[in-house]
Amino acid sequence: MKRVVVNEKWCLGCHLCEYNCAFSNSGMKDMVKALKGRDIFPRIRVEDGGDITFAVSCRHCKDAICVKSCISGALSKKDGVVTIDKSKCVGCYTCILVCPYGAITNDGEGAVQKCELCLSTTAGTPACVAGCPNRALTLDDDDIETADARG
Amino acid sequence: MGVEFIYPEFEVVRNSSRCIACRVCERQCANEVHSYDPDERVMLSDESKCVNCQRCVSLCPTRALKIVKSDCTFRENANWQSDTIKEIYKQANSGGVLLSSMGNPKMLPVYWDKILINASQVTNPSIDPLREPMETRVFLGKKPRSIERDEGGKIKNNLTPQLELSMPVMFSAMSYGSISYNAHKSLAEAATRLGICYNTGEGGLHEDFYVYGPNTIVQVASGRFGVFADYLDAGAAIEIKMGQGAKPGIGGHLPGKKIVGDVSRTRMIPEGSDAISPAPHHDIYSIEDLRQLVYSLKEATQYKKPVIVKVAAVHNIAAIASGIARSGADIIAIDGFRGGTGAAPTRIRDNVGIPIELALAACDRRLREEGIRNDVSLVVGGSIRSASDVIKAVALGADACYVATAALLALGCHLCRTCHTGNCNWGIATQRPELVKRLNPETGAERLYNLMTAWRHEIKELMGGMGINSIEALRGNRLMLRGVNMTEKELEILGISHAGE
Repeated sequence: MKRVVVNEKWCLGCHLCEYNCAFSNSGMKDMVKALKGRDIFPRIRVEDGGDITFAVSCRHCKDAICVKSCISGALSKKDGVVTIDKSKCVGCYTCILVCPYGAITNDGEGAVQKCELCLSTTAGTPACVAGCPNRALTLDDDDIETADARG
Repeated sequence: MGVEFIYPEFEVVRNSSRCIACRVCERQCANEVHSYDPDERVMLSDESKCVNCQRCVSLCPTRALKIVKSDCTFRENANWQSDTIKEIYKQANSGGVLLSSMGNPKMLPVYWDKILINASQVTNPSIDPLREPMETRVFLGKKPRSIERDEGGKIKNNLTPQLELSMPVMFSAMSYGSISYNAHKSLAEAATRLGICYNTGEGGLHEDFYVYGPNTIVQVASGRFGVFADYLDAGAAIEIKMGQGAKPGIGGHLPGKKIVGDVSRTRMIPEGSDAISPAPHHDIYSIEDLRQLVYSLKEATQYKKPVIVKVAAVHNIAAIASGIARSGADIIAIDGFRGGTGAAPTRIRDNVGIPIELALAACDRRLREEGIRNDVSLVVGGSIRSASDVIKAVALGADACYVATAALLALGCHLCRTCHTGNCNWGIATQRPELVKRLNPETGAERLYNLMTAWRHEIKELMGGMGINSIEALRGNRLMLRGVNMTEKELEILGISHAGE
């Protein structure tokens, strides 16, 4: 089970992960060109509230309710990663409604977007993990089934 | 009012063509330099609050930021430099003593940089540390004067307690309170992994850190904060702090606002009360008094731990060291005038004390002349900046070195020298929880481990080059050193020859 996990003890609430995510998924080579003057729609979101902050992205649930609820077969599980095939997405947003983590969002172009661990963008480490300045984000790569992984 | 105005020392230069207004700089600056203007969608900055800690520069994802020294200039001359002029203005504004942090920044001589190290050529072989064993381990403590045997002719163990270090470097005293929980944890964890020691400073030992006891030096200072039986028992050695290189002759003052929660519990003083360490120990007015404390501490710990006496390098340091050696202490730690601090009066930091290089050489010589050098180990601190400084110190007679500023740099410190404000953006010199969490001890310990491992490699390389394969063979080996740009007197005190001789 691969997924990005956050340790809220070390999350600084700097929001760098959101910008690294948006850049990584922009497909561009330069961060300034990709993000300057634009509103960003990252696939990881920092929950900010008082003293505690933590970043949330797709849990890649074992028995993913979003995959089950997808009416067009756009969402599927590949090698443990919940992936979206935008060409099949009809924009019904059922997945957005059912995701208990709020990890699926509208991509602004009629389909949905979600964390796919940067598998199609960078080799190895997801951009949010690589750019986290305090190692609050890590890539969990074990097969242990935890409570929330059951979704 | 115009007469009170001092132009900001730094300017925040933002490259607007690169800034993506992600507001990371704003969220990371505890001094509130940066702000966001939602109408224009641009970042703004108030450079008057900037201390140049470089946190925003380091975290800016597009390298849109840099901090530069302001070039707004007074009409300086050789006598009236801008820092001097500004200090006059500040004191005219406030009527107070000026405070500073970290070590003496003045252009006083750094003798390490005037000393050069030898290497073997032709007649004596150098050693390749990658192929041959190289010993960096040291033992600190009193060494026996002679071998004693029992009736059966077997050697009797007459060795007093020793402190074993895998390399001749330790992390020097920084109290919990002056630095954060996470900074302390990083030091403790790294010292344990490295097989060296860190030092609690005078703030007591947090209950979570007793597990690191075998790699901890517990300090007893004039305020006696957090000192009790378990604390003394927990450490590998006990250090009596008589003085500190950054502020010889004065005590310490941790403001009440930093005495919160665990700091209060660890120091064993009420929350919000100022932690004032008196300038002297009120029970020590002579070497005999010092001897009483040394033996009280030994008695309290069943003579199982070496006792260190730490003093600042001052004018008669050799005579002082001789006295300490006779007080029964096992180790003398000498802190030079470039040593760091969380807060010290500027005038004292910049004008009191002497260079550690001269103090070390003078003490080593004096103790040898008096035949008591083996009764004590010598540890020196006060801006040991690199492996070559360590090598030079050992060759001048040191058994080990204390490093603190270099360790803080490894943890992220950018030497902005505003520790006394408590707003450390790197999570080191602060007790604000949201800032303390910025230093993840996992990363901190790893970086300290890396730094010391790098130094150990360099120490081996330098020793190998000299054809020396152990720290023991380098100690006091002044033939391995030569001086440049020094007077006869300086060379005489250091006990080294001039380059070319």
